[in-house]
Amino acid sequence: MDCKISEPIVGPRSEDILPASVSTAVKVVIVGGFGVGKTTLVGSVSEIRPLTTEETMTQAGVGVDDTAGVERKTETTVAMDFGRISLSEELVLYLFGTPGQQRFWFLWNGLFEGALGAVVLIDTRRLEDSFDVMGRLEERGVPFIVAINAFPDAPHYAVPELRKAMDLPESVRIIDCDARDRASSRDALLTLMRYLYSLNTTTTEPQ
Amino acid sequence: MSDPKPEKRQSWEEGGPERLYVLTSGRSTPSDPAPLDMVTLIVTRNGPGSSMQPEQAGILRICDYPLSVAEISAYLHLPVSVVTVLLADLLGSGHVEARAPIPATSLPDVELLEAVMHGLQNL
Ligand SMILES: Nc1nc2c(ncn2[C@@H]2O[C@H](COP(=O)(O)OP(=O)(O)O)[C@@H](O)[C@H]2O)c(=O)[nH]1
Ligand SMILES: [Mg+2]
Repeated sequence: MDCKISEPIVGPRSEDILPASVSTAVKVVIVGGFGVGKTTLVGSVSEIRPLTTEETMTQAGVGVDDTAGVERKTETTVAMDFGRISLSEELVLYLFGTPGQQRFWFLWNGLFEGALGAVVLIDTRRLEDSFDVMGRLEERGVPFIVAINAFPDAPHYAVPELRKAMDLPESVRIIDCDARDRASSRDALLTLMRYLYSLNTTTTEPQ
Repeated sequence: MSDPKPEKRQSWEEGGPERLYVLTSGRSTPSDPAPLDMVTLIVTRNGPGSSMQPEQAGILRICDYPLSVAEISAYLHLPVSVVTVLLADLLGSGHVEARAPIPATSLPDVELLEAVMHGLQNL
């Protein structure tokens, strides 16, 4: 047997330990383009320092260098940041930040299954980054809200203008948010929950 | 922090795919496909045996109190897909217990959402 020296496994710090009574975990996904503030939002509301989990993706197909014209396999490692909020002695919420670009959709399988819903984070300088993501969420039937992360040098638009620019129906909630601010990030999550609640109470009405 | 971490990618590749292959005894999917989610909570039931893989013994050590599959993956520096395979064995042998993330039918969606909203409001 080969003796490999591996780094010791270090578990959670004592202040990051969940009570033994926790029985239910739920998850919400924060999705958006690079640099839009996903990790910042997760960090703002998380009770633990955001952790990172990695997944490798093997893709067969034409590589970046398509002049070669050769079928090649590429292996990419994608990191996903996540945080945690204990909501009660029994219930805990996990928040996963995941990049929205199509090439990362392979991550979505295990991620969105069972998720309560998603917050699509948007930078108004790159609205178009979010179009594919929202289309994909719709396809998968994942309920979402849109949060505009206000960067100081980004143009500010009123919500109706943004709604029009993104061609979003009235039913999709759009809010302003500051991912660096704990209360603002918490409010984005609450907006998602209220939206889910409204979906739930309107569609489960007795026939 | 940005999404792909080039420096991390580097260190990961040092471990190499062979390491994953060895860890999971060549299996790429759990032999007994337990429905493990990234937020399934894992709790240790029995301590590690002497002949156990260090990674599995490590899981038993850090799961004294509940930890999600995602947290185990982060602390072990292993992808969720690999952790899932390791956990399938530990579940099979009764070393760990899993608390499924999908709420039981006894907890209606609306009630769950109310609990989440209540918790968030109290932050
Ligand atoms: N001014 C401002 N900067 C922000 C805001 N949210 C994030 N940032 C900054 O934008 C950069 C990218 O944020 P990050 O959370 O890493 O983005 P991610 O790639 O979506 O995870 C970081 O330097 C953050 O400090 C915000 O609401 N306002
Ligand atoms: Mg990030």
